[in-house]
Amino acid sequence: MVWAQVAVYAAAVVVLGAAFLVISSLVRPSRFKAEKFEPYECGVPLIGDNRDRFSVRFYLVAIMFILFDIETVFMIPWAVLYKPLGVAGLVEVGIFFAVLGFGLIYLWRRGGLEWD
Amino acid sequence: MTPWLWLAAKIGFAFAYLVGAVPVLIMMERRISAFIQGRQGPNRVGPMGSLQPLADIIKFLTKEFVVPLRADRWLFVLSPLLVFVPPMLGFAVVPFGNQYGDELLQIANLDIGVLFSMSVLSLGVYGITLGGWASNNKYSLLGSLRASAQLISYELSLGLTILLAVMIAGTVDPVRIVQWQIEHGWNLFGGGSLWRLPLGLMGGLLMFICALAENNRLPFDLAECEAELVGGYHTEYSSMSFAMFFMGEYIAMVVMSGLITTLYLGGWHFPGITDPTDHSWVGALLSIGVFTAKVYVLLFTYVWVRWTLPRFKYNQLMDLGWKVFLPIALFNLAAMAIVGVILEG
Repeated sequence: MVWAQVAVYAAAVVVLGAAFLVISSLVRPSRFKAEKFEPYECGVPLIGDNRDRFSVRFYLVAIMFILFDIETVFMIPWAVLYKPLGVAGLVEVGIFFAVLGFGLIYLWRRGGLEWD
Repeated sequence: MTPWLWLAAKIGFAFAYLVGAVPVLIMMERRISAFIQGRQGPNRVGPMGSLQPLADIIKFLTKEFVVPLRADRWLFVLSPLLVFVPPMLGFAVVPFGNQYGDELLQIANLDIGVLFSMSVLSLGVYGITLGGWASNNKYSLLGSLRASAQLISYELSLGLTILLAVMIAGTVDPVRIVQWQIEHGWNLFGGGSLWRLPLGLMGGLLMFICALAENNRLPFDLAECEAELVGGYHTEYSSMSFAMFFMGEYIAMVVMSGLITTLYLGGWHFPGITDPTDHSWVGALLSIGVFTAKVYVLLFTYVWVRWTLPRFKYNQLMDLGWKVFLPIALFNLAAMAIVGVILEG
């Protein structure tokens, strides 16, 4: 029932967004002129290809994000129940935390966080 | 009224609240910016310039939409929608008011609401990345790469600070988090315990800063800094598609402020103004008013910060996210666990 409500809302949102795009497509002009369709590079002739290689740093950040984000997700159930779990839960999640912390320290010392 | 009619009414309200916030925010942003910089700001269209957003909308509607020839046509058309939809969806679980009769003023009362909005809000990065890549423009590509790297870096700290509020309240149901804060005090002030006071303050502040970064707002707006990248990931966009990026960004600000309000600032309740047991329409309207007031105080702070702090360099931005915020957020969580289990257990 609740998820049906979410689904109805999601559908309504998509329809609303699509409606914005469709309405403007009915109103606006469309006149062809070759220069309009060039990629914008401040008006000078294009240099090189746009599907170029990019810095591996961005890739590394994404990998690190996945690792740390999964560990965050694992902490959510514990965060809700940390009081009933008491000291035993604290010790267990402490070990988990330590692994996460060492991972961050390792990354830091290996220079994984340096951007230059 | 039947449940489905209620749902329709609430969806209508949410659309008006979120999409209607965009012109208000455009006006707010421009007038406050002008005030801070000692300028006049827009004051020609309508009384005190109040019809300026309407003029903007007409302009957006009547401008030509250009798909660059080498662009990936499908993704180029689709990605504005991918930017617009996730923040709208994130509002589904935010309790924007108390109750009217038996009906909670929340679109869907999910018991895992906080997790839902966390996951849905992070989908916005797809629209930005795909939009920048599909434009086949070097500025757009750089902007979208920067945006995605930045979003995922700050998302970690954001998730951890959300988790702190969840730990203080002991639940991931937004309605019950608000309820808990009504009984014990705002999570920002630790929820009634002196031990938790510094942790709550730290968490609330960190969440706001991460929200700035998540919404690509100054001082974290490197994804679209006009001095280097023209328009960043939406350089090639025009007309309504550009407006969709624009609206998505503003709606994300509203929803993020709503989330901060719910998690740290006591939601729709303010002592002396709203009464949690008052389920009449007066009480419902008052609670919506209090929620709106809190959200707009945060939105004012967004604009205020914009003209107070200069933009970061990219390496500073990444350093701040990974070397400062992430360790602080982790430490905060660990301290909360120790306080909760040992000192108060």
